[in-house]
Amino acid sequence: MEAVLRELRAAMAFVERNFNLIKRYWKWEVVFFAYTIANTVTMGFIGKGAVSFGATVDADFLVLYMLIGSILWGYLSILFEIVAETVAWERWEDTIEYTFMAPVKRVTHLLSVCILSVFYGVLRSGLILMVVSLLFDLDLSRANLSGAGLVLGVASLSFIGLGVAGAVLPLISPEKGVQVVHIFQALLLMFSGVYYEVDVLPFWMQKVAAFSPATYALRGMRKAILHGANTASLWKDVYPLLFLGALLLPLGIAIFYQMERFAKKKGLLKRNG
Amino acid sequence: MQAVVVRNVSKYFKKGKREIVRAVENISFEIEEGEIFGILGPNGSGKSTLIRMIATLLIPDSGTIEVFGHDVLKEPDKVRRLIHRVSVEASFFKKLSAYENLFFSAGVYGLLKKKALDRINELMDLMGFDRKRLKDPIEDFSRGMQQKVAIARAFLTKPKLLLLDEPTTGLDPKAKREVQELILHANREGSTVLLSTHDMDEAYRLCHRLLIMHEGKLVVQGRPRDLVEKLRKKYPDASLETVFMEYTGKSFEELEMEEVS
Repeated sequence: MEAVLRELRAAMAFVERNFNLIKRYWKWEVVFFAYTIANTVTMGFIGKGAVSFGATVDADFLVLYMLIGSILWGYLSILFEIVAETVAWERWEDTIEYTFMAPVKRVTHLLSVCILSVFYGVLRSGLILMVVSLLFDLDLSRANLSGAGLVLGVASLSFIGLGVAGAVLPLISPEKGVQVVHIFQALLLMFSGVYYEVDVLPFWMQKVAAFSPATYALRGMRKAILHGANTASLWKDVYPLLFLGALLLPLGIAIFYQMERFAKKKGLLKRNG
Repeated sequence: MQAVVVRNVSKYFKKGKREIVRAVENISFEIEEGEIFGILGPNGSGKSTLIRMIATLLIPDSGTIEVFGHDVLKEPDKVRRLIHRVSVEASFFKKLSAYENLFFSAGVYGLLKKKALDRINELMDLMGFDRKRLKDPIEDFSRGMQQKVAIARAFLTKPKLLLLDEPTTGLDPKAKREVQELILHANREGSTVLLSTHDMDEAYRLCHRLLIMHEGKLVVQGRPRDLVEKLRKKYPDASLETVFMEYTGKSFEELEMEEVS
């Protein structure tokens, strides 16, 4: 029991520290928030613009389609980034050896960072949705919001897993790790159908897209919000997400353990390692 | 009981494609519980590598290390519960206040906030640190102040083994003396201390026993007074510096200069 309490206290300490860091770097948060808002609004206007070019689609449908892509991608990105940059942050601040020397299980360390990222991501996405809804006349009367919430929750598991796996890159490559994380994130954006249906991709890219949890998350969210699909019909996308979550989360943690050992063997924890 | 047992430990690093740096080479020594044990050596002699291996931050290429009977490789979690470390560089989240950094450290070591606060205040008073400054971001602190907070972080949990890697380097004489007093205080409170230092006087004053490292190898170990006394016949005004020269063939300053160049 004492051991569980200790781990809980440690988890709280990680959550509180990261919250304090977000507070302390609030100006940067405002910058990123403004950037995301501008990006999301732009996507909405691209939807509107397509109709002015003569596209024969329902303009409101297209606007909402693009906005769902943008907001969901914003959420998944923040989740992935916070988790993947856990190690990078520690490297920048030069605290990595102290954190890795602390008597706390790595799984507690990583998952506590994930908990904060989920709360922060949901809050940020909600705020973006509020701001965007002021500019566009969004019709959510048919939306199955609880179904969308289910898809979002299940998709979060996979993205945390990917984030944890991505976090090893700054661990084993102090200089290039973060850049590689960003490349990986960009590839996810390209393959997962954030602003288009996966069907429009070349055949080989569609095959790759099948392995991305974002593909199912976006499809499920659009079904729930745009088409008002009931929760039972969302399982076609929830099952693959559950499978990928069950695979990627433990796999990400296992990879992290192995790479931490590798870093300790090669002396990579030291800043200039 | 032995606090630390190091047996035939070696650690090599690759430098570039071909060169191999032998950071620590086949070192063995033991530290008794309750001792202040010194590691003396110039920059690049392998002191920090050795401390990192004891702190579970580096995996030795060969040999074994035990901390209070726990193998650092097989039982790292148990070892981590018993240790804390201060390094040359005070490493913190610089934008966060000293309190926020210290509470974070207390939390990851499983300490309750109330207990942590009492302990922080006690330690800061011992070091003559103005408590009002604890609410300020670490980045506003001088190097000496940062190092004092780093020391408070390590002493917070009353670890059974304190690994102090040049804790007084770069401090002004007053701050140095205060930190040295705190090391003695922690030792009296029951912590075994492993202290790596450049400072011969500090080693002589604080350490019950010490070893001298040179180019990754252990050249001599013993009680500082005994090591000096042994050389008194040959050199009547012998000091630890003399001991160092006798066993390495070079002066400490000379080696420090070599490292810099």
